[in-house]
Amino acid sequence: MSAHEDDPILDVRDLRVWYGTGGDPVRAVDGVSFQIGRGETLGLVGESGCGKSTLGRGVLGLLPDAAAVTGSVRFDGRELVGAPAAEVRDLRGPELGLIFQEPMTRLDPLQTIEAHFREALNTHRPELGKEEVRRRSLEALAGMGIPRTRFGQYPHEFSGGMRQRIMIALALVLEPKVLVADEPTTALDVIVEAQILGILADLRRNFDTAILLVTHNLGIVAEACNRVAVMYAGEIVEEGDARELFAEPAHPYTRELLRATISLETTGLNYIPGAPPSLIDPPPACRFHPRCPSAMRVCADLHPIEVRAPAGQRVSCWLHGPEGQIPAGGREPLERREFAEAEEA
Amino acid sequence: MRQRRLSRWLAPLRETTGVSRWMFWAGVVIVAFFVVLAVFAPLLAPYGFDQVSDAGVRFPKQGSPDGTHPFGTTVGNYDVLSRVIWGARTAIEVVVLAVVFSLAIGVPLGLFSGYVGGRADRVLVLIMDALFAFPYILLAIVIAFLLSDKLGQGVVTAAVAITAVYVPQYFRVVRNHVISVREEPYVDAARALGAPRRTIVSRYVLQNVIQSVPALATLNAADAILTLAALGFLGYGIQPTDAAEWGYDLQRAIDDAGAGIWWTGLFPGLAIVALVTGFTLLGEGLNDVINPLIRARSTAKPEMPGRTGGEGEEAILSLDPAPGTDRPRGP
Amino acid sequence: MPPQTPATSGTTADSLLEVRDLHTRYSVRGSFFDRLKGRESGSVHAVDGVTLDLRHGEVLGLVGESGSGKTTLGRTLLGLVEASSGSIRLEGEELTGRSEAEMRPLRRRMQIVFQDPHASLNPAMTVGALVADPLRFHKLASGREELRARASEALERVGLAPASEYLDKYPADLSGGQKQRAVLARAIILGPDVLVADEPVSMLDMSVRAKILELMLELKDELGLTYIYITHDLATAKFFCDRIAIMYLGRIVELGPAADIYEHPQHPYTAALLKAIPEPDPRRAVARDLPRGEVPDAVVPPLGCPFHPRCPRAFEVCGWESRDLRTLLEERWTKLDQDAYERERALVGELDDLDVAESEAFLPAADGGSGEEAAGVLEAMRADAPADPFWSGVASTSVEPDGVRIGFHTPREPRDLEVGRSVVNCHLHDPGAIELAERLRRGEPEPEPPDAGADAG
Repeated sequence: MSAHEDDPILDVRDLRVWYGTGGDPVRAVDGVSFQIGRGETLGLVGESGCGKSTLGRGVLGLLPDAAAVTGSVRFDGRELVGAPAAEVRDLRGPELGLIFQEPMTRLDPLQTIEAHFREALNTHRPELGKEEVRRRSLEALAGMGIPRTRFGQYPHEFSGGMRQRIMIALALVLEPKVLVADEPTTALDVIVEAQILGILADLRRNFDTAILLVTHNLGIVAEACNRVAVMYAGEIVEEGDARELFAEPAHPYTRELLRATISLETTGLNYIPGAPPSLIDPPPACRFHPRCPSAMRVCADLHPIEVRAPAGQRVSCWLHGPEGQIPAGGREPLERREFAEAEEA
Repeated sequence: MRQRRLSRWLAPLRETTGVSRWMFWAGVVIVAFFVVLAVFAPLLAPYGFDQVSDAGVRFPKQGSPDGTHPFGTTVGNYDVLSRVIWGARTAIEVVVLAVVFSLAIGVPLGLFSGYVGGRADRVLVLIMDALFAFPYILLAIVIAFLLSDKLGQGVVTAAVAITAVYVPQYFRVVRNHVISVREEPYVDAARALGAPRRTIVSRYVLQNVIQSVPALATLNAADAILTLAALGFLGYGIQPTDAAEWGYDLQRAIDDAGAGIWWTGLFPGLAIVALVTGFTLLGEGLNDVINPLIRARSTAKPEMPGRTGGEGEEAILSLDPAPGTDRPRGP
Repeated sequence: MPPQTPATSGTTADSLLEVRDLHTRYSVRGSFFDRLKGRESGSVHAVDGVTLDLRHGEVLGLVGESGSGKTTLGRTLLGLVEASSGSIRLEGEELTGRSEAEMRPLRRRMQIVFQDPHASLNPAMTVGALVADPLRFHKLASGREELRARASEALERVGLAPASEYLDKYPADLSGGQKQRAVLARAIILGPDVLVADEPVSMLDMSVRAKILELMLELKDELGLTYIYITHDLATAKFFCDRIAIMYLGRIVELGPAADIYEHPQHPYTAALLKAIPEPDPRRAVARDLPRGEVPDAVVPPLGCPFHPRCPRAFEVCGWESRDLRTLLEERWTKLDQDAYERERALVGELDDLDVAESEAFLPAADGGSGEEAAGVLEAMRADAPADPFWSGVASTSVEPDGVRIGFHTPREPRDLEVGRSVVNCHLHDPGAIELAERLRRGEPEPEPPDAGADAG
């Protein structure tokens, strides 16, 4: 049953996660496929409300009651969709680690850092002796730059950046094969953020840990990830090598997102008109077509087919064909509705 | 605009489902029933509350239910049905007065205390906590006793006695809510825009605090019925000559119970239970409507259409749904 | 070489707002246990001697990390927080020391936009009512029709058009960007001169940020506004601001024209901030030579220059002190393996006594150990990281029977120095400090500090 070394550690195929609302379902993740190899870092980007956090949680099996899931999530050869809840729970921690945005809410204020580590290791590595537990915990903490003398302190005695380091150490002490990090630096200051990104980059180099990094910040993806998946309205519209994708974005959404990002190189303000669509009733065919400056007639009629872009990335956009599938006249520019100025997220 | 505002207030009512909706409407029906009894008591009650004879014929003493007295008569020759109906009027009168008095005192005090803070706040909190810690029946009795000289033992005295019991609750709820609203950026923004303090308190703080009051007032109304009945039962409540009161009637019925005369106690008792239940259901229902956090959301999984692409069979299964298991250190 | 156009002095004729040596202190309550033990609660010096001028029609950025005091400074300027000392003048009118009622008429001239658009609008009022409400506060308009007309005008000006679509909506019905537009409409309806924008776009979605910033620039040009833009984001500040003040622990460490700040950062902290910004360019590697640690505790800030514990270029006079020794020792220990750590940990005693803001440290030996052993740890530290700026601050070490006593050079507060068109608060630009450091390096005795007691703290 154990997978081959070269197989992706995480293989997600046609995953769909829909939420029940009482009325029509919210299609938060709608037919998403991607793979992460060992030691790879995949960045998952998109505007808020595009389903990226749901996807991150879906991979870990951390979805609310009202979510229905179909498709396949194979972790190291094991199918997680449809697996008994207890089985997925047992994988979470030792095999599938996770880091959240706000570390304070994830640490128990009444327990020392030492107790957090002891509990994690005793639960998932019961064979370890007391000394070994302590040794591994201190090593993991020291590796994140937390002074060993502070092992016995409580979460509130640490700063935000330290807490996030503790969370990472806590995830890493179990040596998971996959780490899902959901906006891990959003609450932190720039310098601390850069420190944490450095730690994540080291992880992938030194530990062979695969990381799924969910973020809205393209700068973070560029610095910390070797591959990028861009999500829009519940779908992955483009996925590929970070360098290629940033240098030559194939999907108009990726291109516009990069243009709208304000960085030190920014010389003019750009934005994408309109707002991300409702996930209850997304636009037909290509979901981006109402906001797309390059929209063609076919984009409003047929759902795009995934193709390889010239630079090598997977992209779902009719601009890149396949030519044979586009009906006659399909390449004519689409007459789009103008957006009012304040139609925005 | 008015319509919009009204529909906005009613919106959560339409959104609620299941138990809270049922509780709310059941409460509305029960309370409405008693309000009708209270308002139309002179028309609905066959006799006056202190009437012991009709057309010169004296009512039987402890007469069992029959055609002329469907609920029977009491040891004092009163008609039980009439006493129950007139008792509803007394109960509603006292409750309405008590709620109005408590709101009129508790809400402004809470607003003042919470917004101004400082020493005034500390003193008020101390006083209110002392009142709150006092056994409430004892407090009501003391107040009723003190007032009986000035106001007599009527509806107003009972209402004031009950008010004293509930003011601390309104005070606390409003004050605590004000303290949290006071820190909201929109209150700061109003200050930065140059709003006078009076405006900030009335338009920015009160408007957002007042929403928690209806549920509390309704729940307190339920409690007030019991307190009123307890006062009457103990003999510190409304005098039988002033108005019919269920608690007093219950007390008079104690001796009957041993003699197998069940109707004198059962009907006032049922009335108390029903009205208290009605207010409680209404209050709990309102609570659920107003605090969406405790409102149960729809948790039904959506139906997913099968894939036409044929990726193998579609398993509609959830991964681990248990909330709170997302601790990083595992289960 | 005195520069031609210093950034803070200069003529006051074009200054809209003059801030001089402004201090804001908050008292902080200790933890529950501290209070039980009757321990004194401290005070945070959130704004620590800020001096700046705001010129007519400019955008001045206040940039810093959390805890830098930038938000408190903005709130103090508006009188939402009371200044502890110093002066704020709006075209000559003193703003500090006013009561709420005395402040109210001036509020028409200075407005604020808060970070969280979702919380800045009263959820119980319609957009039309809340945008027009400031007019009622100042009795500038009355009557339903007039208020509505004025609200419509303001809403359309910020792009919420047609206004009829938004007037009767509640804030909850608007998107984040639309809420921030409504906040802007409410802010401009009084016709203010100064708008303090406290992270106005940081809670908005990426795709909306540029739109709101663009709107703010339009409003500035149309209405002749002057902005104070408070942010942690150097990327938007670069685009948005004419001048930028970099803040750290309540002080302005560098203030100058935006172009100069980005092209030639003078303060090591500015340089570090710039290096740390993640750029959407995968060819750039993650920055490695970042300042260590985080913004320190503001209740007892570092001696001397507040940035010195993290500064890669700190030297003799920057304010080395006892706590820095602890930081360095613990950092060293995180890099040792477990056995080496245990061995070394056994040689020194409790470190808690090092947690004092004094320019003398005593590293205790372990119980029953000797001072030589503790000195050995210190030597190992120095041998492993000889280039650490910390060692430049060590003036003397003396081995005592139960530990090592380390003396540091006298801490000195950096002065505001004009460098090019900027003002920089750093010893690196102070010829006096550099000369003194050279003398100290040669082993000359420490002179009496010339401006001892000038420390405002």
